[in-house]
Amino acid sequence: MADKLRAQQQLEQLQTRFVGTGHADTTRFEWSSNIQRDSFASYVGHPPLLSYMAIGMGECREKVRGAMIEVG
Amino acid sequence: MSDSDFDTIRKLQAERNAASAGKKGSKTFDPSNQRTDVSTKASLTESFDTTLYERDSSDKFAGYNTSIAVADGDDDDAEEDTSRRLVGQYTASKEQMNEFAHGNGVEEEDILLGREKSARIADRETDYQKRRLDRVLTPTRADAFAANRQAGASEDGESYREIMARRELEREEDRVRKAIEEKTANGDVVHHKATLVKEGSGSPSDKENKESGSTEAAAAGRKRKKRWDVGTDSADSATATTDAKTKRSRWDQTPAPGAASVDQTPRKRSRWDQAPAATPMGNQGLVTPMHPSQMGGPVLPTAFGTDISQRNAPWSDEDLDMMLPSEGYKILDPPPGYAPIRTVSQKMMATPTPAGGAAGFGGFMMQDPDSGRALGKQLPTEIPGVGDLQFFKAEDMAYFGKLTDGSDENAMSVEELKERKIMRLLLKVKNGTPPMRKTALRQLTDNAKQFGAGPLFNQILPLLMEKTLEDQERHLLVKVIDRVLYKLDELVRPYVHKILVVIEPLLIDQDYYARVEGREIISNLSKAAGLAHMISTMRPDIDHVDEYVRNTTARAFAVVASALGIPALLPFLRAVCRSKRSWQARHTGVKIVQQIPILMGCAVLPHLKGLVDCIGGNLNDDQTKVRTVTSLAIAALAEAANPYGIESFDEILNPLWTGARKQRGKGLAGFLKAVGYIIPLMDEEYANYYTSQIMEILLREFSSPDEEMKKVVLKVVSQCAGTDGVTAGYLKEHVLDEFFKSFWVRRMALDKRNYRQVVETTVDLGQKVGVGEIVERIVNNLKDESEAYRKMTVETVEKVVASLGAASIGERLETRLIDGILHSFQEQSVEDIVMLNGFGTVVNALGTRCKDYLPQIVSTILWRLNNKSATVRQQAADLISRIAMVMKQCGEDALMGKLGIVLYEYLGEEYPEVLGSILGALRSIVTVVGISQMQPPIKDLLPRLTPILRNRHEKVQENTIDLVGRIADRGPESVNAREWMRICFELLDMLKAHKKGIRRAANNTFGFIAKAIGPQDVLATLLNNLRVQERQSRVCTAVAIGIVAETCAPFTVLPALMNEYRVPELNVQNGVLKSLSFLFEYIGEMAKDYVYAVTPLLEDALIDRDQVHRQTAASVVKHVALGVVGLGCEDAMLHLLNLLYPNLFETSPHVIDRIIEAIDAIRMAVGPGLTMNYVWAGLFHPARKVRQPYWRLYNDCYVQSADAIVPYYPNLDDERMDRPELAIVI
Repeated sequence: MADKLRAQQQLEQLQTRFVGTGHADTTRFEWSSNIQRDSFASYVGHPPLLSYMAIGMGECREKVRGAMIEVG
Repeated sequence: MSDSDFDTIRKLQAERNAASAGKKGSKTFDPSNQRTDVSTKASLTESFDTTLYERDSSDKFAGYNTSIAVADGDDDDAEEDTSRRLVGQYTASKEQMNEFAHGNGVEEEDILLGREKSARIADRETDYQKRRLDRVLTPTRADAFAANRQAGASEDGESYREIMARRELEREEDRVRKAIEEKTANGDVVHHKATLVKEGSGSPSDKENKESGSTEAAAAGRKRKKRWDVGTDSADSATATTDAKTKRSRWDQTPAPGAASVDQTPRKRSRWDQAPAATPMGNQGLVTPMHPSQMGGPVLPTAFGTDISQRNAPWSDEDLDMMLPSEGYKILDPPPGYAPIRTVSQKMMATPTPAGGAAGFGGFMMQDPDSGRALGKQLPTEIPGVGDLQFFKAEDMAYFGKLTDGSDENAMSVEELKERKIMRLLLKVKNGTPPMRKTALRQLTDNAKQFGAGPLFNQILPLLMEKTLEDQERHLLVKVIDRVLYKLDELVRPYVHKILVVIEPLLIDQDYYARVEGREIISNLSKAAGLAHMISTMRPDIDHVDEYVRNTTARAFAVVASALGIPALLPFLRAVCRSKRSWQARHTGVKIVQQIPILMGCAVLPHLKGLVDCIGGNLNDDQTKVRTVTSLAIAALAEAANPYGIESFDEILNPLWTGARKQRGKGLAGFLKAVGYIIPLMDEEYANYYTSQIMEILLREFSSPDEEMKKVVLKVVSQCAGTDGVTAGYLKEHVLDEFFKSFWVRRMALDKRNYRQVVETTVDLGQKVGVGEIVERIVNNLKDESEAYRKMTVETVEKVVASLGAASIGERLETRLIDGILHSFQEQSVEDIVMLNGFGTVVNALGTRCKDYLPQIVSTILWRLNNKSATVRQQAADLISRIAMVMKQCGEDALMGKLGIVLYEYLGEEYPEVLGSILGALRSIVTVVGISQMQPPIKDLLPRLTPILRNRHEKVQENTIDLVGRIADRGPESVNAREWMRICFELLDMLKAHKKGIRRAANNTFGFIAKAIGPQDVLATLLNNLRVQERQSRVCTAVAIGIVAETCAPFTVLPALMNEYRVPELNVQNGVLKSLSFLFEYIGEMAKDYVYAVTPLLEDALIDRDQVHRQTAASVVKHVALGVVGLGCEDAMLHLLNLLYPNLFETSPHVIDRIIEAIDAIRMAVGPGLTMNYVWAGLFHPARKVRQPYWRLYNDCYVQSADAIVPYYPNLDDERMDRPELAIVI
């Protein structure tokens, strides 16, 4: 009982700190939208990768970046 | 020091040793292990040493609690560990723990010893703190700020206006009472005195009347005023009595259902009216106006009686005939008219169950709830619907008696059921076992909104007012309030004042934690209720007649300020501090400002200006009390602001300094204090100017007889001396002479607080004027006849010299100093650490200049080493360790050799504390002279240490292991391997010492020894030790194996260890796994060479049936995996992961934690992509049991490497999961 309680509290704490973490009742939708956001964040956070994608998409780098921030 | 001296001392010593040896038989009954040694063989563990050297004491465990199990952090295999302990053991020895209990040097506290022990809060409270019991729970208040008032809660409760009117009335009463008292004192006879005195005297019943119903009280007050004004005739006093009567009838008419039954027991009523706990029922405002005690009161005895009638049934005549002698006695007839009481309810009245702690009840009564047969048995520990409680006190019956009445719950209304539910939960929280408590607390918290604020607080708060409350109970109840507050939020508003009444006393509790708890509650309360409501609730208390109420309110206000921000409260404070109507309000306002910096520290800085402006005007208040508290508040603000914020004080500097000239007595003390705290904030030149301004007052007050003034003056002097602007020349010229004349007198050393202050101030002055100046003035005191005075001098010298060195001490002074210190060291009647520190510091500071005095010092030490008293010997040995370094610097190697020999011969010392010090002294000598030059030679010394290793005393163990470890590290060759092996055996025991430092030293020593004599023998010993039963020693052995592997390379250890795993015994295999775990933890990256070697073993362990086996194997995997990150062992890791993964569904928390850790570690080694492939499958599994651990793994991975898993997310066919960017290829 106590352990469960503590686990629950820990999970809540974790969740407030890391939005992307989940639990047994996370829906597929929540999970996948988090994945999307994380992916965009990751692309934007790695400038070389961003440049690579921009070149591939034939867009200006800043535009791609902006679009990613917008979508995410 | 002549050789003959040495010889004498050694001779004396030999005699002592012989005498102590004579007391013990070497081969006979040994009290330490309770055995007679009849074996003819030499035992390996119980080595020859006992026969070669006598045991170090007849009972080496004397004074130790031998039954304490050793347990520390490592709770891996909970299966084996039967104890339920969650925390490690404390490592202090008995003496250390008792030190605080018996006040070693804290004599003042001894007086309170008896009080401290009592668990009841009321027993250790001061009279002032006890005044909390005079307060009553005031009626519920209206929530003026409720945005959307809830039905029922809104109309009830007193309004702010009513309360203010009541306060006004109280003040008027107080004024009149005072006037009358004065009149009486002047000799005027006042006929109606009795009535009036009664009304104003603050007796509980009266107070209650005052506080309960405002309108009636106001009406009554009007009448009374007429009485006072008009007359002295008897008709008036008659009115007064009728008046009182009508008031009481009002009580009886309260809607409380219990009140009717109260009428039937008139004797009880008076008691009942006075009970503070009973107050809430007086108000129509309450949602459930009844406290259980009132309803339970009359009902409870019957319920009680049915429970205990069996056990407490009266003796029958047959019984009595059997028990009492038949001859010589006569059975008397009962007197006519006597009828035995048969109704249990009446009988119960006679038992001392104080209902709500009434003040006027009964006479003296010995009451011990634990032992009293009569009482103890009546009290059930089992309450229906609650279960077994830890305890149930007589007082609890008043509150919880209702639960035992056995009435039918089906017939009750929802409200009643709710009330009972709360009661049950509260009882569980208050008296239950920890698990019960936990669940009950949880339920209370979760259902708080459902229960409602009224029913909850009406039950909790009276419990907190109970006189016999104990710390633990209070803590738990306060915790309940805290949790409930959090949930109820603004619904608490009507109850804020009641909560404050019970919580405010916590703010002035002696116990730090109680104070913190109180602060927390009040700050949560203010956050829940909001500033406006807090102010309107507490405002009436600000100019309350009772100083206690004002004081606690001020503290509570400060907490509110810290919770809601100072700026929010500032306008209110400004208004209060400038109140024209009453000086009490101003006083409280200033007090709030004083408490704020005490509570918040430097966080007041941004609002400093505002706060100072608030109170600045009060420096010139008409009331002395207000002026004093204002100066104290300024002092507190300046202290908190240090070293910033002088500009905020600009305004008040002038009033403060001029005020200081005008004040006398207590007022002056406050002003000086404020001055003292402000001066350090100033610029140099200002500080200098203002110091010189204030100095004449200080110098005048040097001779003040007032203790408080002395303290303040000393403090201010040291503060002034500490500022840059005050020069050494100024101090020497103007201050020092006066200072030493008035404060360096014997009398000052006798009072502890003065003593400390004088020392501190002198040291502070010393920082400015230099060591020489100070020491020169006090060195003569070292030969004073008063010991306390000598001690004070030594302490001052020590502190000054320690901080400034001895460079400015001249040659002549140096001689006098050493001479004086030696004298006071020798003359001390109680061995004190102060003397030791002083001696050590001075000698170390003088360094090579000590050379001339060393022979004298050493001779003193030697004589004292031979003293009869143990503490003297201990102190002498301690002194050696302090000065060993200096002796080496002075080139006194020969002297040290002699000391070494003497110490060596003292190793038979029987007092463990002394032995520890002697070992420490030996160690420091070894450290400075080196292993090779050591006298006596190491090869003699070490065998002598082996038996001492067995001593269980912590100090001894620590010092021995340190010494042995040092020898093993620096000069292992000086002793043969056999001796080292013997030491290894002894060390095994030390692996389970309480103190972590000892265990660590022992483990390290294993490493050194293994290095010195090769790992084989040591390892064999350790592996054997894995088979012992005791868990703790197996764990330590495992650690030691790990260390040996680390120092002697893993390949020397691993084969033997893995071979040991073949032993078909659970403990051994587990031990091996555990050692492997430590081993891999220690060797880190070296593991990459051994991964493939241990994999088959781990394979086996990971598929074992035994849970603990798998758990330990998982921790091995973890350490291996973390060691080989990035070193190309991914295949092995993946293999291990496959074996680990099925264990994910373990339920035991220990096991699952280890498994998850291992998987996490493998993720580090093979990367998140591969590991997460295992995880995707289960995240949305239909079974929650599966989803749960999978999400845990996912979360761990997400937290640690969210970025790294981005490329590895699965390609789902979802429209949202489309990530075309990743498919871009150029």
